[in-house]
Amino acid sequence: MPATFETSFAKALLGAEATFPPGIAAHTGAVPARRFAVYRNNVMASLGAALAQRHPVIERLVGGEFLAAMARQFVMQHPPRSPLLAQYGEEFADFIAAFEPARELPYLADIARLEAARTRAYHAEDATPLGGDGFAALDAETLGDIRLQLHPSAAILRSPFPIVTIWAMNSGELELQPIETGQGEDALVVRPHLDVEIRALPPGGAAFLQSLAGGRPLRDAIGAALADHAGFDLTGNLAGLIGSGVVRAILSPAERTP
Amino acid sequence: MPIAAHLPASAGVGFKPEHAAAILAAAQPIGFFEVHAENYMGAGGPPHAQLTALRERYALSVHGVGLSIGSTGPLDRAHLTRLRQLCDRYAPASFSEHLAWSSHDGVYFNDLLPLPYTGQTLARVAEHVDEVQTALGRQMLLENPSTYLDFAESTIAEVDFLAEISRRTGCGLLLDINNVFVSATNHGTSAMDYLDRFPLHRVAEIHLGGHDADTGDAGEPLLIDSHRVAVADEVWALYREVIARTGALPTLIEWDNDVPDWPVLRAEAVAAQRILSGAARASAA
Repeated sequence: MPATFETSFAKALLGAEATFPPGIAAHTGAVPARRFAVYRNNVMASLGAALAQRHPVIERLVGGEFLAAMARQFVMQHPPRSPLLAQYGEEFADFIAAFEPARELPYLADIARLEAARTRAYHAEDATPLGGDGFAALDAETLGDIRLQLHPSAAILRSPFPIVTIWAMNSGELELQPIETGQGEDALVVRPHLDVEIRALPPGGAAFLQSLAGGRPLRDAIGAALADHAGFDLTGNLAGLIGSGVVRAILSPAERTP
Repeated sequence: MPIAAHLPASAGVGFKPEHAAAILAAAQPIGFFEVHAENYMGAGGPPHAQLTALRERYALSVHGVGLSIGSTGPLDRAHLTRLRQLCDRYAPASFSEHLAWSSHDGVYFNDLLPLPYTGQTLARVAEHVDEVQTALGRQMLLENPSTYLDFAESTIAEVDFLAEISRRTGCGLLLDINNVFVSATNHGTSAMDYLDRFPLHRVAEIHLGGHDADTGDAGEPLLIDSHRVAVADEVWALYREVIARTGALPTLIEWDNDVPDWPVLRAEAVAAQRILSGAARASAA
């Protein structure tokens, strides 16, 4: 079936400002450029709003106007491929990293990654995290062989910038104060119940969790953590595992994570 | 297919997550809540927790905004499956979508875009409505759009187009009276004439929302269907006229942008309910 009106309409929606498709009309007889612009503005404004809703800290850091201009460029290059807008903007962080006007804020792309992970966690599958009782029964003999299934909402992000501190200061969790932007932070994003929690991981903690998430037994995860950071503190990290709700289940040595 | 008007013939409100706590804190004078389907297609999390709590207490209408029924291309099967899963999970009293398109060649525009009304588009939209009703195993309601421009190639009036879709597919109609007023103003026609010709016996739900005023290319009035302000007086007047003819119908207040505090939105629903109750008393007398 020929799709002439739709093809030209769609093309003009994401095209240059002054363009409009053929075959459109208004009762006044005037060329309906302003009328077509209503649709173009709706598309741009609503998709920009979807990105802003997903990235409130980016908006706070750069301002609404800068974000809207950046979003407009992004939308033209990466329009949504699905009506599920909660998932829109997965490429936004990479776009920001290459966006020349944002170069002064080198941590911005990683903040976008953190905010994207946050909404993924928000909409992730529900699961009851394993509580302290689940760990109490473990046998010290076989401890090194256990594998952990992480919570479906869990994500680990590593950054050369203090992304957790920047995020917390700009989302009302921490008071604003001067920080050393060269101090990297690794983030754990997890929603054990209804609230998404973002916390900074201790040294080696990200490598530890990434290894566990990859289905490696605890022994290997400890090795990976120590290789990443010689000062890895096993006791503290195990306490963090339990306290954060990032573990969904303990798998016996024979089981594999799905 | 008979009209399946399972929603209560009372005033409802479009649900906004920011109102969840206020709504669930006490019984509300609200007949039903409507949600946008696409906001509840994640795997879990607060959206589903809220919708579950809402569904336990109120009748539910699921309103799709992303199916692109007016597209010339095929419907998105994966999206249809998601809609089916959502309807199976929450058993809403009603499912509705728009006479519009929002996707083309895999790109989703997040707006309800207009189509020319021709024999060809009529056949295509009827096929799509059939496909939706088959996939969901239920009757759907199709909503009249607000539009800002015409197409030179259109040969069928919008009311006739909608009436024919409803006749061919058995779908019900969702009459958005704000859209009628916005479109009539934008096209220099009469909203009352449109309503006179509208197949009111096929209407299973009414939408009322707010609009903004702008101007067109020749300085003429151009109304924008913004859903960010209260329902306009002219729209209330048209609503009273429709209800006087049809009797009470499920009526939704839509307020999607610059969302006010819950009491403001609730007051709009109470105003609609007063009109519905007046019609019920008149028909009982």
